Amino acid sequence: MGTGTETESTAASALPGGVRSTTVRAVAWSAGLGVVLVAVVLASAAIGPVSLSLSVVAKASLNAVAIPTGVSPTAATVGLGDASATLPVPDLSYTYPFAFQMDGTAETIVRRVRLPRIALGVVVGFALASAGTVMQGFFRNPMADPSIVGVSSGAAVGAVATIALGLSLPFGIQGAAFVGALVAAFAVYLVATEDGRTPVATLLLAGVAVQTFLGAVVSYLLLHAGESIEQALFWLMGRLHTATWTDVEATLPVATLCFVVLLAYARDLNVLLLGEEDAHTLGIEVERTKRVLLAVSSVATAAAVAVAGVIGFVGLIIPHMLRLVVGPDHRVLLPTSAIAGGAFLVATDTLARVGPAELPVGIVTAALGAPFFLYLLVTREVHSL
Amino acid sequence: MSDDTSPGETQASVGNDGDPPNAPLVDVRDVAVGYGDDPVLTGVSLAVERGEFVGLVGPNGAGKTTLLQAINGIITPSAGTVLVDGTDVHGLSSRAASRRVATVPQDTTVAFDFSVADIVEMGRTPYTGRFGRDTGADAAVERALERTETAQFRNRSVGSLSGGERQRVVLARALAQETPALVLDEPTASLDINHQARTLALVRDLTREGKAALAAIHDLDLAARFCDRLVVLAGGGVRAVGPPAEVLTGERVRATFDTAAAVVPSPVTGAATVTPLLDDSRGGLDRRVHVAGAGNAAARTVAALAAAGATVSVGVVPEGGLATSVAREHGLDPVVASPFEPVDAATEAAARDRFADADVAVIAGSVPPSVHALVRDHPVVVRVTDGTPDSGGPADGTDVNRRADATASPATVVETVERVAGEQVSADD
Repeated sequence: MGTGTETESTAASALPGGVRSTTVRAVAWSAGLGVVLVAVVLASAAIGPVSLSLSVVAKASLNAVAIPTGVSPTAATVGLGDASATLPVPDLSYTYPFAFQMDGTAETIVRRVRLPRIALGVVVGFALASAGTVMQGFFRNPMADPSIVGVSSGAAVGAVATIALGLSLPFGIQGAAFVGALVAAFAVYLVATEDGRTPVATLLLAGVAVQTFLGAVVSYLLLHAGESIEQALFWLMGRLHTATWTDVEATLPVATLCFVVLLAYARDLNVLLLGEEDAHTLGIEVERTKRVLLAVSSVATAAAVAVAGVIGFVGLIIPHMLRLVVGPDHRVLLPTSAIAGGAFLVATDTLARVGPAELPVGIVTAALGAPFFLYLLVTREVHSL
Repeated sequence: MSDDTSPGETQASVGNDGDPPNAPLVDVRDVAVGYGDDPVLTGVSLAVERGEFVGLVGPNGAGKTTLLQAINGIITPSAGTVLVDGTDVHGLSSRAASRRVATVPQDTTVAFDFSVADIVEMGRTPYTGRFGRDTGADAAVERALERTETAQFRNRSVGSLSGGERQRVVLARALAQETPALVLDEPTASLDINHQARTLALVRDLTREGKAALAAIHDLDLAARFCDRLVVLAGGGVRAVGPPAEVLTGERVRATFDTAAAVVPSPVTGAATVTPLLDDSRGGLDRRVHVAGAGNAAARTVAALAAAGATVSVGVVPEGGLATSVAREHGLDPVVASPFEPVDAATEAAARDRFADADVAVIAGSVPPSVHALVRDHPVVVRVTDGTPDSGGPADGTDVNRRADATASPATVVETVERVAGEQVSADD
């Protein structure tokens, strides 16, 4: 972090002027948090029933670094968690730039057991924190989080139905959760939209109503889940222990693409914070921008929830914490929140798996996140957006 | 846009679309607008020229904000067109429209803790591409900050500013948009008198540099003082358009705002000042009142009593003074005397007769002892002061039946006259 702040202050003084200094700030903070993220990832990969040294972990992790070298848009149906059969899926071929010689067992533990889970944690945390940042700005509401338009509830219905009813679907639980999430979000959007306008307050209320209804559906399904209730509950609490590289491959492109689009709209989101009428008079196509933000952050959340279950609080507290540190400008806040979200989820998931009994990570994020957030509230560090 | 483009050049480059150069910059033609099926305004036409500051006045709910929102593109009119610089703004993207019209909204609170520079830079949104860079931003932001005297707040959080400072920051944001037209909704609503005047003076200066400005203003005195023309909006349409002195008359204020008001030129600025009277005094003061005096106090007294429905006669007042012109505006025939000269016998007699006919005698402002002598025997006398000790008054008026003092607030004058006249009636019973 120290590196980041030093870079920022020197670079900012060298380059005065609004636009450039914002870019410099964003890059500097992101670089600093990126260092934190790498440190958290390496530490997490070293921790576990078999303790590994950092150098072994670093070598094994570098060996796992894959660079996509070719893309062929085939209609492949390889077990991708969240892709639809009708859409062409980019089929990537990878090269591995690093090839350190090392102990085979250690490399297997890191690459096959720990890294998929850690990588998925990074991607899920990244996606949830990005979507949460955008939702809080979009709704101008400090309580907004990525699931506010019913995404998580929809995903829960999809996943729990698949588990409880023992359905066999082409893309499994993840596919059902992803589709359920998007259907719920779209339903909320349709309910709240009239004459091409989607008032934010109506959206919020429609989201609450739909969430309540879907919650009832989930409860009903759980009553009839029988022996699969434990699997369903684990899914509902949010977990990463089933992570595979396939999950990562499916989620990472979606999360990255969504993030890039959201970042492109960061400036528009800043202007939207002034209120929709002001934004309109400043040249923002308000309704179109809202649709893009809502759709893209819903897809990002759906992708994350589909592979990891309902992980609460990351999308709520990470943006608040980062807003304290970097301020409200989304051009800086969005990338830093995303990276911090990834680091936070990996750190909490590490705690979730090192205990005597494996816990769903959702419990740990909420159990650690909520008291810290309350502390911020009590000390009045966070009182509004 | 480049760094060296001046605001003037920018305005010229925002196309004229073949309109004659003297066409109004903002041209509202027969516009109907409302929310849902409920029309707020119908058949509204008005024009704002380059270099002109037009004030929009009218009672609450008259549709001032609605009209402004039809001009800046927030609401689409159900009929009619709004041309800005020759182009219908409702056919433009909001990006293109926001290069033509900048808006200072009524509510300037900003929920998020952006810095002042961030907020002003948001005025450059219409010129910034999603991935590109607006090379004119720094210069335009700098000019806007300097013009509004907010450069010293540059790095302050906008939440830490006072309401007046924040208002100027939002005005700076609108200036950074470098538009030919400026629309302001109650720009002075939350400001103290100093900042009210400074804000409107700044807007007027901007129009002198070529912008066209249209502002909804509640305070009629301020509107009269700073605007070139006023548009009176009431009852779903435009009721009057013209220079403030022509538009603001007691009769029109009564019709528009549904309250009696005294309209008197300000002794300081010469612009019309409008003072509303209390509802229960509207048109109900059924008394004959005679006013003598001078200056602002007398002028306000005459206007207030006439607006309140009293039968007013005036004199002695100085020829050429404020009180005389207000009396003549109200269709009264004042008894006048040359200022700084002794009042001659004929004039004095005329005034004495009128005092005698009146139920209440009013002495307003400073008058010579000879005028005080005229009311010595009158049963009901109200003395109106400017709030300063009346040096000209004799101390020997103690034998008068009833006396009351009032300051030059028109409402107070009417109330006091009503009260003492009422006491007189009950005393007679």
